[in-house]
Amino acid sequence: MSILINKDTKIITQGMTGKTGQFHTEKCQEYANGKYCFVAGVNPKKAGESLLGIPIFGSVKDAAAETGATVSVIYVPPPGAAAAIWEAVEADLDLVVCITEGIPVRDMLVVRNRMKKREAAGGKKTLLLGPNCPGLITPDEVKIGIMPGHIHRKGRIGVVSRSGTLTYEAVGQLTEIGLGQSTAVGTGGDPINGLKHIDIMRLFNDDPDTDAVIMIGEIGGPDEADAAMWCKANMKKPIVGFIAGVTAPAGKRMGHAGALISGGADTADAKLAIMEECGFTVTRDPSEMGKLIKKLI
Amino acid sequence: MKIHEYQGKQLLKKFGVAVPRGVFCQSVDEAVKAAESLGGNLWVVKAQIHAGGRGKGGGVKVAKSLDEVREFAGQILGMQLVTHQTGPVGQKVRRLLIEEGADIRKEYYVAALTDRTTQTVAMMASSEGGMDIEKVAHDTPEKILKVFVDPEEGLSAKQAAELATGIGVPAASVDSAVAALQGLFKCYMETDASLAEINPLILEGDGNIKAIDAKFNFDSNALYRQPEIVAFRDLDEEDPDELEASKHDLSYISLDGNIGCLVNGAGLAMATMDTIKYFGAEPANFLDVGGGATTDKVTSAFQIMLKNPKVKGILVNIFGGIMRCDTIATGVVAAARETHLSVPLVVRMKGTNEDIGKKILSDSGLPIITADSMADAATKIVAAVK
Repeated sequence: MSILINKDTKIITQGMTGKTGQFHTEKCQEYANGKYCFVAGVNPKKAGESLLGIPIFGSVKDAAAETGATVSVIYVPPPGAAAAIWEAVEADLDLVVCITEGIPVRDMLVVRNRMKKREAAGGKKTLLLGPNCPGLITPDEVKIGIMPGHIHRKGRIGVVSRSGTLTYEAVGQLTEIGLGQSTAVGTGGDPINGLKHIDIMRLFNDDPDTDAVIMIGEIGGPDEADAAMWCKANMKKPIVGFIAGVTAPAGKRMGHAGALISGGADTADAKLAIMEECGFTVTRDPSEMGKLIKKLI
Repeated sequence: MKIHEYQGKQLLKKFGVAVPRGVFCQSVDEAVKAAESLGGNLWVVKAQIHAGGRGKGGGVKVAKSLDEVREFAGQILGMQLVTHQTGPVGQKVRRLLIEEGADIRKEYYVAALTDRTTQTVAMMASSEGGMDIEKVAHDTPEKILKVFVDPEEGLSAKQAAELATGIGVPAASVDSAVAALQGLFKCYMETDASLAEINPLILEGDGNIKAIDAKFNFDSNALYRQPEIVAFRDLDEEDPDELEASKHDLSYISLDGNIGCLVNGAGLAMATMDTIKYFGAEPANFLDVGGGATTDKVTSAFQIMLKNPKVKGILVNIFGGIMRCDTIATGVVAAARETHLSVPLVVRMKGTNEDIGKKILSDSGLPIITADSMADAATKIVAAVK
C-alpha cells in the first residue's frame, strides 16, 4: 500500500510536448512501473500524434475516456497552468499534480474557488497537489514529478514537505540508514495550493503500510500548525518534524512565494513550538531527521 | 514588488477611490510650485520611500505656508529616513508627494489581502485608523472586521456597507465608503496585488471618504501581464545585490551574518542557513541557485556573495537530483578560480553523480573542504571562519 498513487495508477501528462514536460516524462517512464503508468499526453494541436511512445489527445477529457487514466500531471507554463488544472477537474480526474512554478496567485484563487463550488454543488471531488511542487513518488512503483528516483527506496516511512530539495534531503537520509519510504509527497511552495500537510497526514495515518512520518515545513502560512493540531487529536503514528526558516527575516519572500513571515504565528519558532506541544519529535538540526525516525520506530 | 504611495494613489483614483489632490516632485522648487498650483493654505509634504512608518521618522510634515513647504521639502529631500521598516541605515529620500491638506474628522483602516486559510480575498476594516494595525490585531482583535470574498464574485455593496457600518462610518457617508471599499477590491484584483492597504482612510468634515495613504505589494508571478505596474518599479528602492542576483535568475537575500551560502532549492537553502546558526554562526545570505545551475550562474552567485565584505567563508550545499553533482562541482571549481577565492569554502554534495563531483573538487588542487552531511558542513565552515 501507499497513499494517492501506486503501480496501477494511470497518468495523463498535460504539457508533455514542451521541453520540461518531455524531459520529466521520460524520467518518469524509466522509473519502476512508469512505462505502464504514463498512458496519455494532451496537446490540442498534436492530437493523434505520439511522443515517447505515448499517444497525444486533444483534451484531458478525451485522454481520460480513451485510456481510463484518473490522474494528471501538469508542466504547462504559468500563464496557462490554472486553466490546465481546471480542465483536469472538469474531466472528473481523481488527482491533479501541478509542477508548474510561477502561476499568478489570482489565477490559483479563482481555480480553487471554482473547485470548491463545483464540489459543493455535488460535482466530483478532484484532489490537487501543488502547484510549484516536486510531485510525489511511491518507491519501486511509480513517480509523478521531478524528484530523482534513484535516491528512494521502498519502505514504511511517509515523507511530506512543501519544498523539493528538502524532501530529497529527508528521503536521502532515510535511504542511507536503510529505511525506505511508503510515499514521499511535496505539497509545493505557493501560498494558494491544493493538498496541505493536514490532508497528507490524514492519508498517512490511514495507510496500513506507513509506520511513521517525517513532516517538514517552512515559514509562512498556517498549514503546519493546522496539521499539528489535527495530529495531536488523531495521529496514531510517530512524527519527526522540522521547520525551515528560523533564520529568515520577517517580510521577505524566501524563494518560495509562500515562504514569507506575515504575522507572529507563522515564524519557524512558532511552528516548531506548536508541533512540539502536539507531540511531534521536533529537531532544529535537519541532518538528524532520519536518525530520529529510526529511534521512534 | 512594492510601489510608492503616490503611485498607489494613482491606481486607487483610477478605480474610483477618492484621494487628496497631490503632485509628485523631485526638487524643492518643484515642491513649492506644486503647493502653489494646488492652492489653499495647508499642505502635506510626504517622503516617498518603500517603507512604512515615515511620519514617525520625520518624513511627513504639515506646512502652513509656502515658506514652510520650501523648508520641509528641503529637509526631507535627500535625508536618510530611518523607520522601523528600513533598518538602521535608513533609506535616502529622492521623491516627494505634495498634497492638499485634509479636514480629518475620523481615521479608519481598510485593506485587501489574500487569505491562505480560506483561499479567498480578505477585506479587512477597522475603526482604529492611523495606528499600527499589527498592534491593533494583537491588543484589540475585535476591532478588526473581515469579510472573505470569492475572487470571481467580488465584494458586494451589501458586504461593503456592513464593513463600513461595522467600523462606525456615519450613515450619510456609508455610500462613499462603499465606493472606496469596492474600488479597493477591484483595484486589488485587477492589478494582481498581494496587499492593498489604506491607512488611514478618512472621513472629512463634508462627509466624504478619502484615502490618505496607499500601500501596495504585487504578486511577482503576475508581473508579466501588468506592464503598468512594472513601469512603477523604482530600482533606487531595491537592494542592489538582490537586483543583480535576479538578473542571473538567482534568488538572493542579504542577511547580517558572515557565512555565505549557495544552495539549490528554497527550502534546503533556509534549512542550510538554520543549520549554520544551530552550529554557532550566522548566515550572510539566502541564495537559491535554482534547478539549472550552469558554471556562469554559479560564478555569478560567488561574485554576489563575495561583494559582501562581511563574508568570511562560503558553504555550498547541493542535493543533486536533476541537476548533477559533477555539473555543480565543475561550476564551483571554475567560480572559485574566477573569483580568486580567498575565504574558506566547504562543499557538501549529495545525490546524482556525487562521487564524480567529489573527485572534480579534490582533483582541482583548490583548498576545498568537503563534507558529508549538512551538520558536518556547518561544523566545518563555522570552525574555518573562527
